[in-house]
Amino acid sequence: MRWTKWTLAALVACGVAAATVTAQQAPPVPPARFVVVLDAAHGGDETGGRLANGQFEKTVTLVLTMRLRSLLGARGIQVVTTRESDAAVEPEKRAEIADHAAAQACLSLHASESGSGVHLFVSSLPPVQPPARFPAWKTAQGAWVTRSLKLAGIVNSALSQAGMSVTLARTTLPAVDSMTCPAVAVEIAPERSALHETTAGLDNKDYQARVATAMAAALVEWRTEARQP
Amino acid sequence: MIPRYQKILFGLLLAASVAMAATLWHLRERAHERLIAGQDSAPTSAPEIAPAEQATLLVANDSDGSLLTQYLSLPLPADPGARARAVLGKLLDLYAAPDAAHPVPGGASSVTQVFLLPAVQLGSATPAKPKLADSKAVVILPGALAQQTPQFGPQLAVVNFRGAFAASHPSGIEAEMLTVLSICGTLHANLPRVTQVRFLVDGVERPTLAGHADLTRTYLAADAMPAEEIRP
Repeated sequence: MRWTKWTLAALVACGVAAATVTAQQAPPVPPARFVVVLDAAHGGDETGGRLANGQFEKTVTLVLTMRLRSLLGARGIQVVTTRESDAAVEPEKRAEIADHAAAQACLSLHASESGSGVHLFVSSLPPVQPPARFPAWKTAQGAWVTRSLKLAGIVNSALSQAGMSVTLARTTLPAVDSMTCPAVAVEIAPERSALHETTAGLDNKDYQARVATAMAAALVEWRTEARQP
Repeated sequence: MIPRYQKILFGLLLAASVAMAATLWHLRERAHERLIAGQDSAPTSAPEIAPAEQATLLVANDSDGSLLTQYLSLPLPADPGARARAVLGKLLDLYAAPDAAHPVPGGASSVTQVFLLPAVQLGSATPAKPKLADSKAVVILPGALAQQTPQFGPQLAVVNFRGAFAASHPSGIEAEMLTVLSICGTLHANLPRVTQVRFLVDGVERPTLAGHADLTRTYLAADAMPAEEIRP
């Protein structure tokens, strides 16, 4: 029948027009949320190591955290910190903050007078696959160790390209072992020459800036990798 | 007027009191001497009369974060617990030397005891944490533990540090991990049955060595020595 054909054609035309309008009005798909947790180790009464210049480890880690937070913020990366003042935070609380943030990267920042350059540590827990629905406290990082090693590799490359000596190893840190995110502990030691003479101390602003810039570059690369299908 | 028999009775009671006090004092002194003698008989240091044997030490190096195998000839006692303490004492003496590559003050006296127990298989239904360290205050009788340890099978070594050692240990992830892993590796190299190691400080569990390395967990000794040169 002729009227039926015209009705069907009109309905199809309306459908196409509606779909076009909907496609034009639909908001652009937002990029995947990318969050980094920065954990400034120690704080409050828990001072950490005493460094050569009389400073405490807790002070250096906080300074570095603030510096790195600014660099990451300027690159459009959302940052969650475990502390932003000289406050004592228990390891369990640090892990809790990181776990609630559902972060794509967690960096626990430390400082030490021992050794030289930057020491990167990944949890020594054995990899666990698939991850448990309710991961146990202090072994939760086991499901993330493989990703943590990849993140450590990227940070290692960025720091090496920036001319710093880097050592990569495994460790047992209560806070990191409880985190459910790719987590790396970064311990910054003074920069030393081949003759073990200190060329840049932990209070050296230029050295701090170089370390923070290299780590920010690594996290930008990690974000690019995370967004790839 | 006090009757004569009461005077005699009073005198006898006074003499008995004095005699009892003297006996009590004498028994107290003897108990004190026995206690000191018991402490002295604990495995303390390798006797010089023991034959010299080759000991393998995994010595930490802060400059590159490595563990290097070092062979030394040491007088080692036959008892495994005393042997373990002797090799750890030598290792910590190296760290306490002025030109040490991994400087840690304290020396051999930092390790007060090393106890060897049957190892609990980690990851099995049995709790990974041995009951030994569950309680805050641990009282260990070396003789009783030695009787429980079977002749064969893996062992758990419990290393008890002095509080002063932990208090003076340099703080840092790498420094602490190198100390822990060099001890684990050295124990496994000289006592191959030692597969797991736990640490106590002054006989009680402590959260970390000097703010970083977790001392509440059991370390696998084999993880510390995969080859000649190891990183933590």
